[in-house]
Amino acid sequence: MRHIISVLMENEAGALSRVAGLFSARGYNIESLTVAVTEDETLSRMTIVTSGSDAIIEQITKQLNKLIDVAAVMDLSDGSHLERELMLLKLRAEGCAREELKRMADIFGGRVIDVTATTYVIELTGASSKLDAFIEAIDRDLILETVRTGASGIGRGDRILKL
Amino acid sequence: MELTGAEIAIRCLQEEGVEYLFGYPGGAVLHIYDALFQQDKVKHVLVRHEQAAIHAADGYARSSEKVGVALVTSGPGLTNAVTGIATAYMDSIPMVVLSGQVPSYAIGEDAFQEVDAVGITRPCVKHNFLIKHVADIAPTIKKAFYLAKSGRPGPVLIDIPKDISNQKTEFIYPGSVHIRSYNPVGKGDSAQIRHAAQMLLEAKRPMIYAGGGVVLGDASAQLTDLVRLLGAPCTNTLMGLGGFPASDTQFVGMLGMHGTYEANMAMQYCDVLVAVGARFDDRVIGNVAHFAEVPRKIIHIDIDPSSIAKRVKVDLPIVGNVKLVLEELLTVLRGTKQKPDALALTDWWKQIETWRVKGGGLRYANSSEVIKPQYVIETLHEITRGDAFVTSDVGQHQMWAAQYYRFDKPRRWINSGGLGTMGFGLPAAMGVQLINPGATVACVTGEGSIQMNIQELSTCKQFHLPIKVVALNNRYLGMVRQWQQFFHGDRYSESYMDALPDFVKIAEAYGHVGIRVDSPADVKPAMQEAFARKNELVFMDFRTDSTENVFPMVPGGKGLSEVILAEDL
Ligand SMILES: Cc1cc2nc3c(=O)[nH]c(=O)nc-3n(C[C@H](O)[C@H](O)[C@H](O)COP(=O)(O)OP(=O)(O)OC[C@H]3O[C@@H](n4cnc5c(N)ncnc54)[C@H](O)[C@@H]3O)c2cc1C
Ligand SMILES: Cc1ncc(C[n+]2csc(CCOP(=O)(O)OP(=O)(O)O)c2C)c(N)n1
Ligand SMILES: [Mg+2]
Repeated sequence: MRHIISVLMENEAGALSRVAGLFSARGYNIESLTVAVTEDETLSRMTIVTSGSDAIIEQITKQLNKLIDVAAVMDLSDGSHLERELMLLKLRAEGCAREELKRMADIFGGRVIDVTATTYVIELTGASSKLDAFIEAIDRDLILETVRTGASGIGRGDRILKL
Repeated sequence: MELTGAEIAIRCLQEEGVEYLFGYPGGAVLHIYDALFQQDKVKHVLVRHEQAAIHAADGYARSSEKVGVALVTSGPGLTNAVTGIATAYMDSIPMVVLSGQVPSYAIGEDAFQEVDAVGITRPCVKHNFLIKHVADIAPTIKKAFYLAKSGRPGPVLIDIPKDISNQKTEFIYPGSVHIRSYNPVGKGDSAQIRHAAQMLLEAKRPMIYAGGGVVLGDASAQLTDLVRLLGAPCTNTLMGLGGFPASDTQFVGMLGMHGTYEANMAMQYCDVLVAVGARFDDRVIGNVAHFAEVPRKIIHIDIDPSSIAKRVKVDLPIVGNVKLVLEELLTVLRGTKQKPDALALTDWWKQIETWRVKGGGLRYANSSEVIKPQYVIETLHEITRGDAFVTSDVGQHQMWAAQYYRFDKPRRWINSGGLGTMGFGLPAAMGVQLINPGATVACVTGEGSIQMNIQELSTCKQFHLPIKVVALNNRYLGMVRQWQQFFHGDRYSESYMDALPDFVKIAEAYGHVGIRVDSPADVKPAMQEAFARKNELVFMDFRTDSTENVFPMVPGGKGLSEVILAEDL
């Protein structure tokens, strides 16, 4: 099953490679991984999307907790949560496709953020599944580049991951 | 007063009460060696290969309750140390390794003798650090010692760039240490412990399976009390030997691949199993699916949550320090009126006795023609009155030492279980002998393993280490040969040790005493002579039966009851 795991860790050189190394060394899946500093600049917040049986997910959270640099771990999928991913899509936009692509972007709540005579760059955020749906909805041949950030997640309401 | 980074590093080791530092110099650590030269509190032991420095620090730690400390240079010094570090990591040994690094301004430029030490060691350390500022040296060393010995112990590496070891700053050794993202557990959950007590009291066929955590956590006394109080059988893993006295009637022997038949059958058919500081290793429970076929309740006590439910589902996890958890469990058990089910226990012990008879225990056919390796170990036990520190290398000789030495005390059996590192035995014995100066230290080895670190005979000479090397020389990489005989149709591919050296001459060349023993009748007299030489290293080259195999054996991937016994072949 797909799980989205949040990790709060020391903002230190090497912390990211410890997490990445853990996943590769133990053969765990890693669908996406995003990381950036928090409001407290000594801490980074990471979101990992992974999949595996319950036993594997249990091991993943335990192994993450075991890393000295990791301060807290939460499996967001255990409760209600929000997730968002940002996608930048460069598309060939010529002739009648220009209108059509603009319309599709509107429907999905995206924005055209760069325009040339022959291309668009569309920005779209949402759950990863929505970004997948957008890609499905447009003509594949028009896609020149896809850049996705991977999901970032946060618990709803009182579900807070903080030190 | 301002000190250099190198001086600070050595002062920190003094503050930590480090008596011996095992190491090997080189360019990147010259400042540190210079600082070492100008003091005499920390004694340096110059090994002949960095791998040996780590194993020696490891043996030092395993045989005491201290943290082992080693110092190596950058590049090849560090890469040579990696096998030792991984060995310590797999067996959870507390250790601090200082490594030199190229100057900070040269890092990343493929400088002379540069390797990414932090990167290379990341998967085999508990934690590691690259020093960025001279002011970080003291707090980092403080943290390293704390990390190495607290919680689940393990090796910690500190990589120190050469220029930083020569920069100056005020020396202040922190009095305490706090790492906000690291909070090892102490006590276990009291409700869980009460629940465990209840399960154990209601058990009809209880079984206690204790591992290295009991030795690492110095909880032998508590374990022994628990076993006696419950009247249950107790088995030890290879790493747990000595955690419960082997001469006790409730001890059913080691379990696992080369465990006794009764220990493995009791593991398989008990109704309540309590695992204490043991991690359900694949060499211990064999095939997981086969193990899970039989319904039994499992209580698992471990300090590391990730050891629990890793390979085997457990019914009652207790995360905590084994000593504290067992103490609380004992208090609960002593405080209740309910007693273990004596009738059920009588039946259970009868059952175990039939397994003991069927399995033949650890019997072997002795011979007057050819030296049986088991006989050598039994004689070693007799001559040393079971009171020696015994280190071992890896192979058949390791298993025979584990089976036949019958360890009664913890920290006496020093071997590489998790990584299975040939070449561990002799350097580990050096560390053991240094921290236990008056003690008898024997290194049980094979003619294959000893040659992986034989150069350390030179270190032993320099530091007057009267280790007794007990080589079970079967002219084969015996453990490999055994697998080839059982599973590869007698095709002995590269397992015969041709062109062996004359070990007596080798011992003599290094300034030691060598004795070659070819006949069973000479085993005991030779050993008596060797152990009488209190101040000398004696290398005993026992020419043992080259066709002898280790029994019982649960083949890899098989279940605990699918065992090969000696008479099956
Ligand atoms: C040739 C060969 C053959 C082998 N055959 C066998 C065999 O037949 N039988 C066998 O048993 N092994 C065998 N081994 C060894 C095996 O590979 C493992 O190393 C060993 O079984 C692991 O022992 P353990 O479970 O006690 O765990 P260890 O590796 O000793 O781990 C200790 C456990 O205790 C925990 N712990 C540590 N400190 C504490 C504390 N203070 N409080 C609570 N918990 C703590 C740790 O978290 C860990 O889970 C063999 C090895 C070799 C090289
Ligand atoms: C460094 C290393 N290389 C290879 C092995 C694989 N191995 C395990 S036991 C063994 C044979 C050991 O031979 P010897 O030391 O003579 O001991 P014996 O089994 O004959 O008692 C080998 C090669 C290992 N454990 N460690
Ligand atoms: Mg051999």
